[in-house]
Amino acid sequence: MLRFMIPRILPQLCRLPLCRYSAAAIPAPSTKPEVHYNKLFINNEWQDAASGKTFSTINPATGEVICQVAEADEVDVDKAVKAARNAFRLGSPWRRMDASDRGLLLNKLADAIEQNSAYLAELETLDNGKPYVVSYAVDLPHVVKCFRYYAGWADKWEGKTIPIDGDYFCYTRHEPIGVCGQIIPWNFPLLMQAWKLGPALATGNTVVMKVAEQTPLTALYVASLIKEVGFPEGVVNILPGLGPSAGAAIARHMDVDKVAFTGSTEVGHLIQQASGSSNLKKVTLELGGKSPNIILSDANMEDAVEQSHFALFFNQGQCCCAGSRTYVQADIYDEFLERSVERAKRRIVGNPFDLKTEQGPQVDQEQFNKILGYISSGKNEGAKLMCGGGAAADRGYFIQPTVFGDVQDNMTIAREEIFGPVMQILKFKTLEEVVTRANDSKYGLAAAVFTKDIDKAHYVSNGLRAGTVWINCYDVFGAQAPFGGYKASGNGRELGEYGLDNYTEVKTVTIKVPQKNS
Amino acid sequence: MDASDRGRLLNRLADLVERDQLLLATLEALDCGKVFLTAYFVDLMAAIRTLRYYGGWADKIQGKTIPVDGAYFTYTRHEPIGVCGQIIPWNFPVMMFVWKIAPALCCGNTVVIKPAEQTPLSALHMAALIKEAGFPAGVVNVLPGYGETAGCAISHHMDIDKVAFTGSTAVGKLIQKAAGESNLKRVTLELGGKNPNIVFADCDLEHAVEQAHSGLFFNQGQCCLAGSRVFVEEPIYEEFVRRSVEKAKSKVLGNPLSPGVDQGPQIDQKQFDKILELIESGKDEGATLECGGSVWGQQGLFIQPTVFSNVTDNMRIAKEEIFGPVQQIMCFRSISEVIRRANDTQYGLAAGVFTNDINKALTVSSALQAGMVWVNCYNAMSAQCPFGGFKMSGNGRELGEYALQEYTEVKAVTIKISQKNS
Repeated sequence: MLRFMIPRILPQLCRLPLCRYSAAAIPAPSTKPEVHYNKLFINNEWQDAASGKTFSTINPATGEVICQVAEADEVDVDKAVKAARNAFRLGSPWRRMDASDRGLLLNKLADAIEQNSAYLAELETLDNGKPYVVSYAVDLPHVVKCFRYYAGWADKWEGKTIPIDGDYFCYTRHEPIGVCGQIIPWNFPLLMQAWKLGPALATGNTVVMKVAEQTPLTALYVASLIKEVGFPEGVVNILPGLGPSAGAAIARHMDVDKVAFTGSTEVGHLIQQASGSSNLKKVTLELGGKSPNIILSDANMEDAVEQSHFALFFNQGQCCCAGSRTYVQADIYDEFLERSVERAKRRIVGNPFDLKTEQGPQVDQEQFNKILGYISSGKNEGAKLMCGGGAAADRGYFIQPTVFGDVQDNMTIAREEIFGPVMQILKFKTLEEVVTRANDSKYGLAAAVFTKDIDKAHYVSNGLRAGTVWINCYDVFGAQAPFGGYKASGNGRELGEYGLDNYTEVKTVTIKVPQKNS
Repeated sequence: MDASDRGRLLNRLADLVERDQLLLATLEALDCGKVFLTAYFVDLMAAIRTLRYYGGWADKIQGKTIPVDGAYFTYTRHEPIGVCGQIIPWNFPVMMFVWKIAPALCCGNTVVIKPAEQTPLSALHMAALIKEAGFPAGVVNVLPGYGETAGCAISHHMDIDKVAFTGSTAVGKLIQKAAGESNLKRVTLELGGKNPNIVFADCDLEHAVEQAHSGLFFNQGQCCLAGSRVFVEEPIYEEFVRRSVEKAKSKVLGNPLSPGVDQGPQIDQKQFDKILELIESGKDEGATLECGGSVWGQQGLFIQPTVFSNVTDNMRIAKEEIFGPVQQIMCFRSISEVIRRANDTQYGLAAGVFTNDINKALTVSSALQAGMVWVNCYNAMSAQCPFGGFKMSGNGRELGEYALQEYTEVKAVTIKISQKNS
């Protein structure tokens, strides 16, 4: 049964740190956006899978099939890799293009996506289940900004001339790696596509991208825009398909020079092994997390409660960087817990196309079952269920916002990534203790600390083994700031200037000269 | 304002310039006398691309965090300098306007810019576009006026934090003095040149002749980069002169707005008189006048494409910047000789080297005291590549990433922390 809580207070959504719109500025969505593209996109052409197979993509709010989508497997991957390799050959239009023109194309793509924002947001909400206000006001603007950011880098990624010993003129070229396989997840379909394509195309690579089978539709529409704005054929190839077939085919392909994967740590292990078993393709991984969110007793209570709520529940809890271990200092623990529960109870779960909705369904049956399984383990292992704990509706994959108190570090819900609307609140006493406990995880993606004290802020942020540390905020992202994990949360960084390194081969050229002068 | 939004505004301005490209190119041809098609395809395209280039840099200007000794957290902020005075010349009015404002705005500065009195019109249209694009009031201020009054006021002003000047070396010196007399404002200068273009016997001759020709005659010879001392190796000297004269004689002069015209008038009476005076000095001092040498046409300020051969290094036409359609061709015998002669000047802006030999190319380009050296090409420029002079051709670099330094003030912040860990 859907719960209709107190009608949503508009300002609530506007406190999403990334949101600059009031709900009044968001156009009323069509709840039945038309699907225009559902095939494989290879060499700027739409094709059925060689096998003719298709799979269903589901609307998680209702459990109903939206449409069939062509299913790529090894044969199709091979075709796509050939197209990408051809687009990358020496002397090709893409290789000979001015770097600034690559930038121009990326800017045109950003413009085209921006013009189609409302439609893409509708399609994203239909396929993924995230609330429309979020697709429109958060996902889409970030997608556009990411493409614009990397458009700007295209002609600024500079090698060096180097003063080596001897009569030589020595310099480096920053060359593209070549054919890049990119495998992206379902939690932020369009945004993950932008994070991958932006740096790869800015630096001159060609791409074979496999999109998640849960959410293929928006990426395929963007493929049509890629063709429309003028990217040469074969530069971007997009394949809907399944991980064990199409994804694996990319990871072990002998003619793919690099693979970038965002998804679970479990599959990350497989990707790395596949690289080792095939051609040692370069590997970058963005994997899971169990990110600690540390609240010190001098934090602004109201702000910390709201931010911590957002840190866990945003995107239906389906964020690799979700603040899923909320460590609260002992003297403020009781009040923090009470306020967090009250906030969770107020969270509006419902039809993602309703502008008042804060939380939509989980993405599919598998995730839904897995999350309910974790909730059970929480109860069984002795955590205190403060609110929620079950399904939120009869139809679709909705789960009640759930809060566990008195969580201990050794509980399953404190160690494993749940990827759902389930918040764990733990108690700590001292700074040294909490830094140790926070670091006691195989993951290391993100972390946060809430405090007014400048010295404590530095001590904790310096001590946390995490790729991103937020201070007095959470989930603040910018195309300019690198993002990635320590330890089993991944390797390599995406976004920022650092993101270009993953898509570059450095070539050193050394020329003999008759006489070197400084 | 977010840095990325500064970038968005610059890109929006580029879109507007692109929208008004025809109008701006026409204004430019009218006000400056430059050939319309050149204004459209060179000046305006460069302006648009430079705006987009710096639009891309805005949110990529990054400070550093620095591992100092001691229990400190140290980082740098790359801040804007503040109010930047910019004084620009008349030879590429709208392009110079963009070269100045783009990096300045990209880094977050505000600007007071004085276009040349000979060519204020395109700058004023740009001001309208800047407002239309949405730059906040006061960020860019455009003042048409004279050097001795408005320009001087800018360089002496106690509340201007930096002055950037492009123009003659004589005025560059005044700007530097003014900064020293007033508030020690930061100074960058792009001044004159007497640029050597060195052609070896093993070059592609036809290509070298063509590049040396356009390297001098482009924009009616009114380029700080003009290759105005063409050094040709003895074995090919006669042939090179013969072909260069043929090219110069084939130039079509006329109304710059007419199709088919490839050389327009000089900018004003003062320049016109100066160029003719230098041509006379060439004749008087014994150079061989191969073609041209005087006025063209019944009206306007047109000068015939002029070529001097047998020029020696001590002649005025070999030492002074002419800034007109007058090409000097001198002869040389050895590499060491030509390097010495090429560098024997107070200027140091650009240089060209034509040869197919990799060793000569690398040796000569390393040896030349010039901010830009072209090998087997001339005037090849692009927004990504830094531009500026050695010696009295100026200081500082425009374009490329290097320009950002000139519009940035670095602040180091050091915070005491209780325990430093790597």
